[in-house]
Formats: sequence, structure tokens, C-alpha cells
Amino acid sequence: MDRADNPQAIAVGRWSLGEITGRSWFWPVTALALIFLVDAVVSPGFFSIRIVQGRLFGSLIDVLYRGTPTALVALGMAVVIGAKGIDLSVGAVVAIVGAVMTNLIHRDMSPPLILALTLGTGVLCGMWNGFLVAILDIQPIIATLILMVAGRGVALLIDEGLIVTFRSDFFSAISTGEFLTVPSRILVCAGAFLALWVVLRRTALGLFIESVGANSAAADLAGINARLVKIAAYTLSGLCSGLAGVLICGDIRGSDSNNAGLFIELDAILAVVIGGGSLAGGRFFLGLTIVGVLVIQGLTTSILVSGLPAQYNMIVKGAVVLIVLLLQSRRLRQSVVGVFLRRSS
Amino acid sequence: MRDRYLPLLATVTVFVLVYAVGAVSFRHFLSTNVLGDLLTDNAFIIIAAIGETFVILSGGIDLSVGSMIGFVGVVMAHLDTLGWHPLASGALLIAFGVGFGAFQGLVIDFCEIQPFIITLAGLFLLRGGCFMVSLDSVPIKHPFVDVFSDWHFGLGGGGRLSSSAIVMLAVLAAGVVVAHFTRFGANVYAIGGDRASAALMGVPIRRTTVGIYALAGFYSALGGVVYALYTGSGYPLAGLGDELIAIAAVVLGGTLLTGGVGLVFGTLFGGLIQGLITTLVNFQGTLTSWWATIFVGVLLFVFIVAQRTIMGSFMTRRAV
Repeated sequence: MDRADNPQAIAVGRWSLGEITGRSWFWPVTALALIFLVDAVVSPGFFSIRIVQGRLFGSLIDVLYRGTPTALVALGMAVVIGAKGIDLSVGAVVAIVGAVMTNLIHRDMSPPLILALTLGTGVLCGMWNGFLVAILDIQPIIATLILMVAGRGVALLIDEGLIVTFRSDFFSAISTGEFLTVPSRILVCAGAFLALWVVLRRTALGLFIESVGANSAAADLAGINARLVKIAAYTLSGLCSGLAGVLICGDIRGSDSNNAGLFIELDAILAVVIGGGSLAGGRFFLGLTIVGVLVIQGLTTSILVSGLPAQYNMIVKGAVVLIVLLLQSRRLRQSVVGVFLRRSS
Repeated sequence: MRDRYLPLLATVTVFVLVYAVGAVSFRHFLSTNVLGDLLTDNAFIIIAAIGETFVILSGGIDLSVGSMIGFVGVVMAHLDTLGWHPLASGALLIAFGVGFGAFQGLVIDFCEIQPFIITLAGLFLLRGGCFMVSLDSVPIKHPFVDVFSDWHFGLGGGGRLSSSAIVMLAVLAAGVVVAHFTRFGANVYAIGGDRASAALMGVPIRRTTVGIYALAGFYSALGGVVYALYTGSGYPLAGLGDELIAIAAVVLGGTLLTGGVGLVFGTLFGGLIQGLITTLVNFQGTLTSWWATIFVGVLLFVFIVAQRTIMGSFMTRRAV
């Protein structure tokens, strides 16, 4: 957003207040900084990172570690929201993928093949959503609601209603192991982020997705195959949820179809919105989405380290989210600033 | 004008078909017992879904429904331990629901934030509120709970129309009147049809938006009161995920998520169809409970595709 469409910009040189607060990165980064500031006061050891048994250890690492599944799902969600869609089925996809993975592990296949088939399941789920939205032209909320409602049933069907556990060094290493002292899932997430960034920002695909999100009909007239782009967006989301499912199931070494990835769609959507993504479509920010995830996860970890009872988690989360949303609303900011300007003059 | 009733007709047909499947397969399915239970067991979710219908008709969405049901129950149970009469605490909580909904509506309209995301924050706040009040299931011991669950109309043949069901049918009638015979209802349809045109035609957008979400808050809080009286307890996880069942009920009831098209009355059948599927799965006995969710998912799919076909022809005809 530039200065021209921000009438409240109080021009004081290059870094005017209005200009900085109007930047897309300003509010999410401020929120994250505030949370970390509170942490630093409440728990002095929050930022200390040490190596215990050949592995990085500390609250900050914990925030990153626990945030990875949500981060993966949120990255896919950011792409879908950028294409003016929404994917409610991500939690159910996590459950399905987990059930498929567990089932395949019990058939003694080679781990890389299992990984490929598992991620393929996620891709299939994403393509199904894409098919409903792009080809059948169904509203995204409802189209993905179908898989959200039925998906857990399918996962339970594969698991036959049980929580099936497994032992697999390969998947444990991916999810809970470490590589050069860094927890491996952080590396997996970083790798996925980099791959997505290259695919979306170093090719025209990201621009295509944003143009379809901004105005699907106009993009179509400009020669972009809007349907294909939408399918691609949902497929990417399915792939990301699949990878998150691999991490979540590798973590508990089993598939718990009722609870795996429960409510992850809500956290992911919140992360995207806190990161400045608009549900009206037309733009997505991969980096800021990660900041949004860190805000949510940082908040959860802060509540734990501050010694508040865990049941405060949700209400604090809800309140902070509401405050961040209100701060992001330009209209509210303008009317508040307007009241102050009127008083002072 | 008959186009307006096509989706409702489809919904009622599906309902009758599913009922017929049950009647043919099981001996006692076609009894007033089953019908009475169906109305009673799904009363609270249908009540909440009526409010959701108004929101969806206006082109919005309300995700705070399930948390509201849980929150109302938990606070009612807590007030019960302090000696409040359930009717008094229920009235207080319904007032709270109206206020909370109105606040959501105000934020949505004034701050221009999508309803999805504001009501998502509402979902977190209310569910968090549940956990603040209590972490355990708390019984409501007031004798009124027994009075409420015992009082009923006989349907003949052993079936009973419980007080939950009567409350549901009464507020359904009220919802139909508000939607189709008041200026407010016409404004809801106008905003859902085309917000910009509605504003140009002089529809008070802010007042109506606040009213819509306040109404949704009223209905979901009332759903919570009915649920608390029906189960005789408050449980912090009650109503978890019920916002989706309510939305599915609205969609199965023939209301378009794009807003502006649909009937409040259809939501009754949308809710009953889901209840009927669960009942069928229970009657069948060997099918496990997750089959119910798969069936509902498949039905949602079939229904939406059918709706698209119907509405597709409707749209082209209107364009000409």
C-alpha cells in the first residue's frame, strides 16, 4: 500500500508513521516482537539456546519445533487464500495421510516409497478439492467442507476405528530426530518453504495465483488458465498438509484419526490472516505467514512458560488475534487517529 | 417464482427418501417414537442453524455457534451451583449471546474484516471462556431440568413431542416470520443478493449487519440453553464442531452460501436429514459411527452438485 491511498500518512521525512504502519510487514512483526518482549520479561531464560545431547535446546527452538506442522499447513493455506479460496479440509487430510502412512508401514514397504505414496495421497486430496472448486465451480468453503466432514470418516475407515501405532526409524528421524544439532523437522519445514518460494516466486506461478485470486475472470481473459491455476493451488495445499501429516504421525508414532490435525485449519487460517493475507484473495505472503505461525505458537509457548494455567491458552489466543485484526483494520486506525487529531487541534 | 421453492423441494424429497429407506429396512422406523426422538435430539442444532441461516442468507458466516453452545451450558451449570433458576440464567445468557453477536456484527461492518475471521476469533474466545469457567462436566441439579425434560405432548403411538422440540418449532416459526414478513428480513436478502446495490437502495447496512449477527447470537445461545436443559449439564467441550453441522444443515436446507437465496424453513429439513442419517446408522447396528460422517459428506457433495445444476439453469434464465 503506498502513500497515495493512505491519507492519514503524516509525512515526516521518509519514515513517516503512517507509511511504516501501512507496510504489510509492520503489524505481524510488531505483534511477534511484543510477544517475545513479554517472554523476555516473564521468563529471563527464554532466549538462551544450548546444546543438550547433540541437539539445540531452548524455548525459542521449542516455538519453532512445535510450530512446524502448523507452518506447513499455513503455507499451503496462504497459497489457496491467495487464489481467493479457503481449505477447511487440511486437518482431515492430515488424518487421512496419517492413516495411509501407518497402513503402508505395516506392509513393510521401503520408507522412501511410503513417503512418496503418502505425499501422493495428500496431493490427491488437494486435487479433489481443486476439482470441486475449479471444475464444478463450488464455493471453496463448502467444497472443502465436504472433505473436512467425510475425511475423518475415511481415515477411521482405513484405521478401522483404532489408534494404530508403528515403529519406523525413518519416519521418527524425519519428525523427531536431529541433523547437525538442528531438529530435523525444522529443516524439513525450511526446505518446504524454500521449495515453495522458488516454485511460486521464481516462476510466474505465484503471480498467476494472485491474479486469479484478484479477479478470476480478468485473469482468464488475459490468457491465464484460471481453472488449472486454482487446481494447482489446492494441490499445493494438499501436498503441504500431507507433509504436515507425516510429521504429526511420526511424532506420536501412530495414526490417531480422531485427533490428528484437529483444528489445525483454524490455526493455519489465523496465521495467514495475521501475516497480512486477505481472505478476499489476490495476494499471499509466504514469509509473513511464517511470522503469523510464530505469533500463534509463540503465544502458546509464552502462556506455558509464564506459568499461567493451560486453560487460559484459548482465550488469550482469541483476544490477541482480535487485537491484531483490529490493528490491521485501516478504517479503525483512521477513525481512532481522526479522533485524536480532532482533539489536539 | 416457483424457482425459489425448488431447492426446498429437493431437500424435502431427500428427507422423505432417506426416511423411506429406513422404513423399508427396519420394522419400527416408521413410528412416532423415532420421529419424536429425531426432533428432540436435533432440536438444539436446528435452533442454532436457524440463526446461521440468516447469516448465510446475508452472504456472511458465523463460526462461533458451537463455542456459544458450550459456553452457555458451562455458565448455566456454574450459575446453577450459585442457586440461580435455569430460566433466569438462560435469559441472562441469551442476552449475552445477543450482545456478543451484535459486537461481532459491528466489528465486521465497521472494521471491514471478513465475517469468517472475526467469528473465528469469537470461536476461540468463547471456547476459551468455557475452559476458564470449568474444565469438568458440571451437572445442573435444579428441579426445573426434570420438569423441562418430562413435559411433552403425546404424538400418539408412544411418541412424544418434547419441550426441546416445541421450543425449536416455535423459534423456527418466528424465524420464518422475521425472514419473509418483516422489513429486516427483506434487508437481509437484499444485502446477501448484492451488498452494493442494497446500500444504494437505502438499506441500512450497518444496522442490518449488527442485527443479523445479534439474531445469530440469540439463536445459538438459545440452542445452548436447550442443549444444557436437555443434557442437564454443562460441559466445556459441548458443541465442539457444531458450527459445521449447522452450516451443513443450512446448505442441505437449500440456502446458497453466496447469499440472497434460500429459505429458513429448509434449514429444519437440512438438520433433520443429518439426524436421520445418524439414526439410520444406529438402527443398522453393524455400521460404525464414522460411516455417518462419510454419508453426510457424500450427501453434501451430491446435494451441492444438484444445487449447482438447478441454480445454473435458474441463473441463465434470469440473465435472459
